[in-house]
Amino acid sequence: MSTLLEVSGVSVSFDGFKAINNLSFQIGPAEMRAIIGPNGAGKTTFMDIVTGKTRPDEGRVIWGDKSVSLLKLSESQIARAGVGRKFQRPTVFETQTVRENLSMALKNKRGPFDVLFYKRNADGAARLEAIAEEIGLTDQLPRIAGELSHGQKQWLEIGMLLAQEPKLLLVDEPAAGMTPEEREHTTDILVEAAKTRAVVVVEHDMEFVRRLNCKVTVLHEGSVLAEGSLDHVTSNQDVIDVYLGR
Amino acid sequence: MQKSFLARNPSVLIFIGCLAAFTLAVTLLSEATGATFISTSFVKTLGKTLCLCLIAIAMDLVWGYCGILSLGHFAFFGLGGYMIGMWLMYERTKTIVTNSLENATLPPTADEVRDAIGTQIFGVVGGAEIPPIWLFADSLFAQLALVVLVPGLLALVFGWLAFRSRVTGVYLSILTQAMTLALSLYLFQNDSGLRGNNGLSGLQNIPGLSHISQATLSIWFFWASAVALALGYLLAVFVTNGKFGSVIRGIRDDEARVRFLGYNVEGYKLVVFTGTAVIAAIAGALYYPQAGIINPAEIAPIASIYLAVWVAIGGRGRIYGAVIGAAFVSLLSSWFTGGGAPDVPLGFYTIKWTDWWLVLLGLSFVAVTLFAPQGIGGLIDKLVRKS
Ligand SMILES: Nc1ncnc2c1ncn2[C@@H]1O[C@H](COP(=O)(O)OP(=O)(O)O)[C@@H](O)[C@H]1O
Ligand SMILES: [Mg+2]
Repeated sequence: MSTLLEVSGVSVSFDGFKAINNLSFQIGPAEMRAIIGPNGAGKTTFMDIVTGKTRPDEGRVIWGDKSVSLLKLSESQIARAGVGRKFQRPTVFETQTVRENLSMALKNKRGPFDVLFYKRNADGAARLEAIAEEIGLTDQLPRIAGELSHGQKQWLEIGMLLAQEPKLLLVDEPAAGMTPEEREHTTDILVEAAKTRAVVVVEHDMEFVRRLNCKVTVLHEGSVLAEGSLDHVTSNQDVIDVYLGR
Repeated sequence: MQKSFLARNPSVLIFIGCLAAFTLAVTLLSEATGATFISTSFVKTLGKTLCLCLIAIAMDLVWGYCGILSLGHFAFFGLGGYMIGMWLMYERTKTIVTNSLENATLPPTADEVRDAIGTQIFGVVGGAEIPPIWLFADSLFAQLALVVLVPGLLALVFGWLAFRSRVTGVYLSILTQAMTLALSLYLFQNDSGLRGNNGLSGLQNIPGLSHISQATLSIWFFWASAVALALGYLLAVFVTNGKFGSVIRGIRDDEARVRFLGYNVEGYKLVVFTGTAVIAAIAGALYYPQAGIINPAEIAPIASIYLAVWVAIGGRGRIYGAVIGAAFVSLLSSWFTGGGAPDVPLGFYTIKWTDWWLVLLGLSFVAVTLFAPQGIGGLIDKLVRKS
């Protein structure tokens, strides 16, 4: 199987504290992966490294067929290369409408002058409607995003990710603060997305991870502790000791 | 269906309608048409106010929409004024010099004319040579191009350095203050080539138009300022309304998020910073012929801070708010500082508004920040929405 993203031997420390320690990780082009691990394990920092927010002290991050090093690219270049990210806290543009939020994310040319002379068109409108439908926010399109409920904001953010048409989706704790029905809907969206692209989901909630029904990577103190099916890793003694058996 | 630009932005028609009515009214009441209701000097004040409204629009774009609190945009305004001022002063001095040499027995050579111009302009700073930066001063076209190019290039280089290093927030504001301070200190020097603290003067006299009265010229400039303001308003609405506006408001609210959407935030900031610098420069080039004089004090750091105060009082993030703020505060300011406001005798102390106006302005700024953070524009929005 070909790999889409290959992270190898990556380490990063903050003021001497090793948040990521010789971490290696691989994912294929149409794969769903869950990352679990206790608080402070380095899950968010891992995403920071892949998306260019944090530069590692050592290691390699290789992307795509052409094996480009993501370490040489800026955040916006990495995003344009096809890495989309959802933050732990819902971050949508609260003063703008749902439509404006989605429209900004929609895959199009990103240069200042391309955007300045951008003409709304039927194709873009159709793509936008389709995404709104998928995340269940069709009725909310004209609303100001700041007025949405917590769960709706999470979906809007996922919708913005889908609109970017990334090859890899990094999703940090999507189900946090959601009601059980909302969680179910979120799982459906993610599973659907993973049919055509790679999706990495960080999540605490075991039920949620079980429903994703995918390979699981357990992170602990900045490196991989175990990897495999959920049943496989949850029966691993190390995992039980550091994580489940708290 | 996609509605037309004007249908989506009814405020444009309202604004341009009001501006046109105002321009017409001032023209009819001015000395230029033989009426005596509005003096020529007040027409100039109003024309200058329109230019200040234009730079306020620039400030609103860069700060209110894109979130870059530039405290240096008056540097671009002043540079625009200097660039047009060079042509005005050079050509007018040339006319004076050639007239005075006309009666000489031999017709003056080009060198003699040049030397006489040099002595005439730079005598006050102890020089007679025309500095190299005045190379194109005899060409209106070149100096008009420099009105755009010099401030535009300064903004481009400054912005590129600052944004590339991801300087943001209060650090960027301080850096822009340093820029305008450095420029003003440089221009204060006698050997800066722009007459030091004397600045450029006599700019109200337009070369080749000496047969036209100031009353008429003042109306021409007033009209030019009104047209520039209308175009600036249209441009600002166009820029902020579509997707570009969405992106720059996104940068204002959460620039990291915009980056992760794949937008090159630094590039956008540079476009907005440089574009608004050019708008400021054009406003300045229209302002100083009406003011008649420009000197380095005009671009002291405080000028750019006032600009931010106008926009804050008017309501940032609303283009008409910036216009209202600049017009309201600057007209009020010239009323108070020009001795228009009656002194208030308190018995033990007399409040002289020429001294106390700044205190009043400072207090109003604090009051707006605390009680109406959306400014006057925000209050208008509330009224419109209620009705
Ligand atoms: N920018 C930073 N500066 C200092 N320490 C950080 C920074 N980012 C993360 N850390 C530390 O790195 C560790 C891993 O954090 P994080 O990746 O957020 O964990 P997780 O998402 O798995 O809960 C934590 O101990 C955290 O305090
Ligand atoms: Mg985290």
